[in-house]
Amino acid sequence: MEKQLALQLRGVTKHFGNKHANNQVDLDVYKGEILAILGENGSGKTTLMNMIAGIYYPDEGQILIDGKEAVIRSPKDAFDHGIGMIHQHFKLVDLFTAAENIVLGTRQEGRYSLRAVNAEVAEIVERYGFHLDPAKKVYDMSVSEKQTVEIIKVLYRGADILILDEPTAVLTPQEISRLFDVMRRMKEDGKSIIIITHKLNEVLEVSDRVTILRKGDHVATVNTRETDENQLTEMMVGRKVSLNIRRSEPVNAVPRIYVKDLNLYSSEGIHILKDLTFTVRSGEILGIAGIAGSGQRELLETIVGLHKPATGTITFINPKKDKPVTFFHKSLKRVKELAAQDAFHDRNMNPVSFQGMRNRDILKWVQSEDVLFREDEVIDLRDRTPLEIRQLGIRLSFVPEDRLGMGLVGSMDMTDNMMLRSYRKGHGIFLDRKKPQELAEQILRDLSVDTPGVSTPIRKLSGGNVQKVLVGREIAFTPKVFMAAYPVRGLDIKSSYMIYDLLNQQKEKGIAVIFVGEDLDVLLELCDRILVMNAGSMTGIVDARTTTKEEVGLMMTRTARRSGEAEE
Amino acid sequence: MNVWLNFLIDSLAFGATFVYGSTGEILTEKAGHLNLGIPGIMCMGGAGGCLVLNMIGKSGLPGAVIVILGIMGALVMSMACGLLYSFLTVTLRVNQNVTGLALTTFGSGLMKVIMSKLKATVYLTGPKFFYRWPFADRQDSLHCLGILFFLAIAIAIAAGWVLMRTRVGLHLRAVGENPATADAVGINVTRYKYLTTCIGSGIAGLGGFYYIIDYMASQEAYLSIEAFGWLSIALVIFALWRPPVTIIGSFVFGVLFSCSSFITHFDWIRVTMANKPLLRMLPYVVTILVLIISSIRNKRENQPPASLGLNYFREDR
Repeated sequence: MEKQLALQLRGVTKHFGNKHANNQVDLDVYKGEILAILGENGSGKTTLMNMIAGIYYPDEGQILIDGKEAVIRSPKDAFDHGIGMIHQHFKLVDLFTAAENIVLGTRQEGRYSLRAVNAEVAEIVERYGFHLDPAKKVYDMSVSEKQTVEIIKVLYRGADILILDEPTAVLTPQEISRLFDVMRRMKEDGKSIIIITHKLNEVLEVSDRVTILRKGDHVATVNTRETDENQLTEMMVGRKVSLNIRRSEPVNAVPRIYVKDLNLYSSEGIHILKDLTFTVRSGEILGIAGIAGSGQRELLETIVGLHKPATGTITFINPKKDKPVTFFHKSLKRVKELAAQDAFHDRNMNPVSFQGMRNRDILKWVQSEDVLFREDEVIDLRDRTPLEIRQLGIRLSFVPEDRLGMGLVGSMDMTDNMMLRSYRKGHGIFLDRKKPQELAEQILRDLSVDTPGVSTPIRKLSGGNVQKVLVGREIAFTPKVFMAAYPVRGLDIKSSYMIYDLLNQQKEKGIAVIFVGEDLDVLLELCDRILVMNAGSMTGIVDARTTTKEEVGLMMTRTARRSGEAEE
Repeated sequence: MNVWLNFLIDSLAFGATFVYGSTGEILTEKAGHLNLGIPGIMCMGGAGGCLVLNMIGKSGLPGAVIVILGIMGALVMSMACGLLYSFLTVTLRVNQNVTGLALTTFGSGLMKVIMSKLKATVYLTGPKFFYRWPFADRQDSLHCLGILFFLAIAIAIAAGWVLMRTRVGLHLRAVGENPATADAVGINVTRYKYLTTCIGSGIAGLGGFYYIIDYMASQEAYLSIEAFGWLSIALVIFALWRPPVTIIGSFVFGVLFSCSSFITHFDWIRVTMANKPLLRMLPYVVTILVLIISSIRNKRENQPPASLGLNYFREDR
């Protein structure tokens, strides 16, 4: 049977600033097929689809629907051409029922009757084998049900071309297989389905053809039946690009954090981190590789104390051996307790027990810095809040992915943002503003932040400068562990290299660095070891000096299916 | 005339002021705009109506025409305020609370200026008979329920029906809950916000007009409208954003307000003159209690519209 073309793209190009998001992309979509768009993060998959769905308008090129050129300037135009896109972030009114959400915005003739809409929705549900109660409120729904509502919303408006943007990212394996069943039924019904994904096993399972994008370019389109994981990975990651990041050998690497059997569930009950066990070492950069949303972010947030893991331990080794005890973080009571446990010795290696001494004398002795720790401190970090961790004297620096959400306050200036780390210091009720201001000025100078001054609100700075402020503050905290999640996202090359250099400096100071990255080339050049994550599980730790991009790429994608099957 | 019946009718009649005010505010809030300008808009509605009546009161026009022109005057004045509020908050995205408070201060001040220039003997006398329909012949009752009372009830019920049973209502609620979603499915968010704010303001303005011309029909009536505007906003929470429920809430408030004047008719309760001001406090005490009680609720349907008070800007992400 001759296949009919539903949608054609001819030489579609889109720039953001002077960056190519898509460059001369050609694409054909036939009726009754599932086309997968495969590519790494930032390869322009979503941008391309947004142009079909009317969110963006292409700078160059044509879009043809049923052979005729179409101008799609808004989502409404796309709907009129029978194109519907299901975004990763659902656009639903929580308070409404499924049916109310589906009918919202449609302009049909005649009286509005919710009962009639319910019946129509039930008919669509029936036809494609969805599982959905039209009268259920959205706020009672699981993620999968919300996605179903979004899909039906598109079908109800009579779409013939459905675009799904990473639909499986938030679903459980069972829900994914249900979604695939529905997609196959829609295909049999003559609809064209485009699925954006970077999961190879899903591509191979559900699609008829695969289009691979890399850095905005159309690399190839192949029939799914004639390809395999290795070929797809190769096309997806491309040739190795040399970066020349100065990487020193780790010096005197000793364990700093032990993570053992860590399991974390989201509030919706999704298993986010699965049995993670690894060690973070001082003077070393541990890279974390994985497709976006594999649990990297949650892993760091769990270590800094923002999530409560279900099981497992996080142990911090505080290098205290032969260092003086201070009252900076420990109360007299705690010092006495530790002394009773034989944790201290004096300069001559004699045990210190404070037996029969008055508090005043103990204070004096400790303050003379002659009381030393016998061993490194071992501290359990699990179930501690960030504040408790800080009060224990553990300095963890964290550069979160969401800079202006979690890291800095956009409407405050540099000084005030520095104070987010030191607001507890000062005299009585007054804040100490002087030191933060000095720090802000120092960061401004050392990292050459491009800003009119330390009193300019952070949100007026460019992304790279915001990141410099955040990284600078976290470094100034003289941490023992430095964690950075996607620290170069959205940064230009120069700023990115500055961040890499800062990470390397930290490492050379003997600090344990954890770096979550998305660019495999950078991970291979920058890190000492790379932990590869896949759907919340660890697929292995490799030596960054000997591994290849292909190996890491395969570890990121291939075993997803195995772990998925194991769960079912 | 039975004292109890009089008490009942008076409470109902008084309550209609709140029915207008709250229904107007509910519509605005359903579009996601917290209009604290309602007290001022009610003042302006009253002033606008009285202004028109002052001009045509003695002109010898047929009564019905005078009534309709008076209502039109109230609507035009209050909807103009609503339009100003919409322009500031929807188009210019000024903070809604600040805009509303400014509008209230402005409206009540301007009303006092206008009202002090008008002649009560002109604007109050002409149309009185027509408001009294359909109980026009019952001259013995202290207050009778006139057409504006029944209009209030009809508007509240109609507003409830539109909100919950029609496509327009569905779209309006979507705009108040999640304007980005409404925008994405092709609903004209700005138009909905403008229209509902203006219509809501018009309805609230009728409340001020009703109170001056029909319920009190006295020269000093305008002085207390602003206070009743605030109570109307409080009633919105009591009514859980459901216009028909405001009828019940307004009746309760009407009872509380009327009881201080009616209590002297009952010989088995002895109230000294010193106690009467305490009784007049009752509605305000109950308002506070109602706010406390109604804020302890956990059903999602009984919460204010999710984006209430937040101005919508499409490019905001």
